[in-house]
Amino acid sequence: MALEHADVLRAAHLARLGLDDDEAAHYLDDLGRILAMVDQLQTLDTEGVDPLAHPLETTQRLRADEVTETDQRDRFQRCAPAVEQGLYLVPRVVE
Amino acid sequence: MHDKTLTELAAGLAAGEFSSRELTQALLARIDRLDGDLNSFISVTAEQALAAADRADAARAAGDAGPLTGVPLALKDIFCTEGVKTSAGSRMLDNFIAPYDATVVEKLRAAGTVSLGKTNMDEFAMGSSNENSFFGPVKNPWDRDAVPGGSSGGSAAAVAAGLVPAAMGTDTGGSIRQPAAFCGITGLKPTYGRVSRYGIIAYASSLDQAGPMARTAEDCARLLGAIAGHDLRDSTSVARGVPDYTEELDAPLAGLKIGLPREYFGEGLDPAVESAVREAIRVYESLGATVREVSLPHTHYAIPAYYVIAPAEASSNLSRYDGVRFGHRCDAPADLTDLYKRSRAEGFGEEVKRRILMGTHTLSEGFFDAYYKKAQQVRRLIRQDFLDAFDEVDVLMGPASPTPAFDLGARKDPVSMYLQDIYTIAINLAGIPGISVPAGFVGHRPVGLQILGTHFAEARLLNVAHQFQQATDWHLRRPALAEETL
Repeated sequence: MALEHADVLRAAHLARLGLDDDEAAHYLDDLGRILAMVDQLQTLDTEGVDPLAHPLETTQRLRADEVTETDQRDRFQRCAPAVEQGLYLVPRVVE
Repeated sequence: MHDKTLTELAAGLAAGEFSSRELTQALLARIDRLDGDLNSFISVTAEQALAAADRADAARAAGDAGPLTGVPLALKDIFCTEGVKTSAGSRMLDNFIAPYDATVVEKLRAAGTVSLGKTNMDEFAMGSSNENSFFGPVKNPWDRDAVPGGSSGGSAAAVAAGLVPAAMGTDTGGSIRQPAAFCGITGLKPTYGRVSRYGIIAYASSLDQAGPMARTAEDCARLLGAIAGHDLRDSTSVARGVPDYTEELDAPLAGLKIGLPREYFGEGLDPAVESAVREAIRVYESLGATVREVSLPHTHYAIPAYYVIAPAEASSNLSRYDGVRFGHRCDAPADLTDLYKRSRAEGFGEEVKRRILMGTHTLSEGFFDAYYKKAQQVRRLIRQDFLDAFDEVDVLMGPASPTPAFDLGARKDPVSMYLQDIYTIAINLAGIPGISVPAGFVGHRPVGLQILGTHFAEARLLNVAHQFQQATDWHLRRPALAEETL
């Protein structure tokens, strides 16, 4: 499956990764070669094989619905770039 | 003291030959003298280390010492460590002071060990040479022109250079075993789920696993016992008892059935590496093991499957770095989208961006089935190859890497770098444990023998590795460091 310049820009936008046209061209070249390597998978017949998501195939463990976390907001916000009154600050979203 | 094993240092501490403070001071001085050029540490936490050493000495004086009390070690800079910068080798987290301890860190602290600092690594553990670190490449102590391997390159180099007797690493596609091989040390990747991933900065969550890197299998056995176990905070950690991994170390190997995967001795394997590995296998035969060839028929598909699954998981895991809650934030963002895009563009390095783009692309609409679902189907076939092989043999052996450490700057093309992990990557897809042990040299550069076992066979792997180390002395060789004569 050939990769196009627009695919790289689309992936960059979906990933919220700033990329200019030159950088996109650079990654187009790399990703094209990586995908060519990955395309070897298509030569293997996997009809009827269940996908394996996890090496141990465990199921999600359940626990009682009890509060186990305490409020540590101040502590966790100490490493935030900008906070005020317990809120994370970002550029204005609604005018 | 720097050329002793962790086991010897623990015995010295227990016998009162030296205090943890003396040992810690000696190693801190050594780091100060040697690491400027090696660059194996991102942060040296001397003050915290000395305080921990004093606590260890006080505990010993009070009769409260455990087997690892006062033993120094280092942590890959991917383990969250409360109050200490935890960067994952990235500019994104250069300002991140972790507000909590990873479970591994908590357990090592509770065991009384003394962390001397945080070791260098490929950014977010993505790399096989440690050249992808924001904090600069690490040099291989055996040959300063060579890479130490990656992504746990700082941990491997620090142990090889005698800066610490042991260090913690993580392994998603070979990141403990390959640098252990390149630096001539012993490195164990446990079974997926054996060690809690809580507080380990995530790369690919269905593959990531932490493990010890040290001089000997015996040292690794002691450390694995300290860090393994079920953790309520990691739902993928396995509720299964932790054995005493040192108990079986001395079991004789007579009758051990070794399988050599045909696909691990084929095209691309450096003949000098192959000859060292074959010689190691002859040592096992002399210890009473039997050897036969086996096949892992889907080996060829492991790297393609990994480079779908790992970047897909990475693109999802790394979406948390948004410039809002922690980590790097760009200056003067115009709006929220600009804040996200520029913070991430500035914070992430080239390889990380490549994998985010790759993962985002393969997971996006129209591509998911062809890539991600296909790779997960292939993953099942790869795991089945190993399960079938372990029906016939007890362990598999082969080279950890097709070549010895390559030159710094030699692998510019990402695909050629990825292919370097041909013998390690399938192990993570299958979730089985693997260990690399020193097995010779090509010139000055070490060769690693990789030993693989079935799920939760760590005790057996450590036994098999330990018996080799009783019969050989490759693990006792030390690099000649020019600065030592200063």
